[in-house]
Amino acid sequence: MCLAIPGKILSQDDLGFARTGRVDFGGIVRQVRLDFVPEAAPGDYVLVHVGFAIGKIDEEEAHRTYEALAELGALQDELPPEEGVN
Amino acid sequence: MKLAAGFPSPAAVGSPKRAPVKFLDEYRNAGIARRLVAGIEREVRGHWVLMEICGGQTHTIMRYGLDELLPPNIELVHGPGCPVCVTPLETIDKALELAARPEVILVSYGDMLRVPGSAADLFTVKARGGDVRIVYSPAEALKIARQNPERKVVFLAVGFETTAPANAMAVWQARQENIGNFSVLASHVLVPPAIRALMTSPDCRVNGFIAPGHVCAVMGYQEYESLVRDFHIPIVVGGFEPVDLLEAVLMLVRQLEKGEARAENQYVRSVNYRGNLPAQRVVQEVFEIADQKWRGIGTIPASGLRIRDEYGDYDASRLFGLASITVEEPAECISAQVLQGLKKPTDCPAFGMRCTPQNPLGAPMVSSEGACAAYYNYRRHGKELGATK
Repeated sequence: MCLAIPGKILSQDDLGFARTGRVDFGGIVRQVRLDFVPEAAPGDYVLVHVGFAIGKIDEEEAHRTYEALAELGALQDELPPEEGVN
Repeated sequence: MKLAAGFPSPAAVGSPKRAPVKFLDEYRNAGIARRLVAGIEREVRGHWVLMEICGGQTHTIMRYGLDELLPPNIELVHGPGCPVCVTPLETIDKALELAARPEVILVSYGDMLRVPGSAADLFTVKARGGDVRIVYSPAEALKIARQNPERKVVFLAVGFETTAPANAMAVWQARQENIGNFSVLASHVLVPPAIRALMTSPDCRVNGFIAPGHVCAVMGYQEYESLVRDFHIPIVVGGFEPVDLLEAVLMLVRQLEKGEARAENQYVRSVNYRGNLPAQRVVQEVFEIADQKWRGIGTIPASGLRIRDEYGDYDASRLFGLASITVEEPAECISAQVLQGLKKPTDCPAFGMRCTPQNPLGAPMVSSEGACAAYYNYRRHGKELGATK
């Protein structure tokens, strides 16, 4: 539960009270809340925890983390669901 | 550099996808890990007890056998880094009572489902017909509330500072959208007050802390300045990869050998000094700091979050008339001592026998982040190997 997974922002939407985006987690795309990273834009990598981005991370580090998560067998557990989080 | 050949085979333990790593070569960055261990061996002189407070870090240490790679005069102990494990028994029982009510949909993170309450767990209540739903994100809990206007949706919001912003946002958004059938049964715990409580305990042997990386991604690490000053202990923020943890250990050892006590950051790629301000702001808007009971440990002052009066309409504790039941933990469960790093799970007489993930006596065995579960998955035969120091 304290793990956060990096993803690349593909697009973003402002839905009134919620700022969301489509985020690519190593090939798997999910909807994520971007409310806490107002400075992040498509192309940026963010750390995602329980469906919310909690900070920006650089691309090289994002790939390092994917591999580490895959080795831990934790990648699937940490992904948002297909239906998204809205 | 390889681990002992007699390391238990992956087939003997839990889920196949989480097989323990037998040889250092099997994971990426083995070269860096070797250099870090060599650096630690070269620089360490004294005997140091280092504690991490993050279930994810505990699992990495156990899975990769980092404690066994380190020289014997460095002892790694595990703190209460599992918010599921420290959720008060009373809160679990309140959740169970609510889940059994026909008008309620009890929504929870998945790892809460098998945490034992006094007489049952959420999984059992669900099996008996209670409407209990698992979500990945608090945003989904709000969605369930919107989709079921005739029901009362209660979200069991548990977590450290990493999860508090998302939980707070659910409440804030419910207010903005006027969602009247949504409330939160909150149990939030904060790391710095826990460190303070641990350091003030007379049994504490900890010389330095590895601070949890993703908690600090949200909070930054400025809160640790008063701790390093008050207790003269070094604190290093660490990530969760094996290389991160080894690097954090090296940074702690360097400080300890020089008698220094500073707050440092190993996890620079994700953590900065002040943390994520928008996330902190929503937490401050919805929650206020309060005394909090930690299961197995007791009440730690100013170590939790409660929903502010202004958001009282979204506080399930206030909305529902919930009786407080005094409850007893199973006598055999030593989770209090495990959570404070005073005992290892393998020191428990019930470990692996009367207490297993399928039949847990206490929360640290059932939570995916719990120390007992980590030992069960990766180090069941720790005693026989003589791994405990």
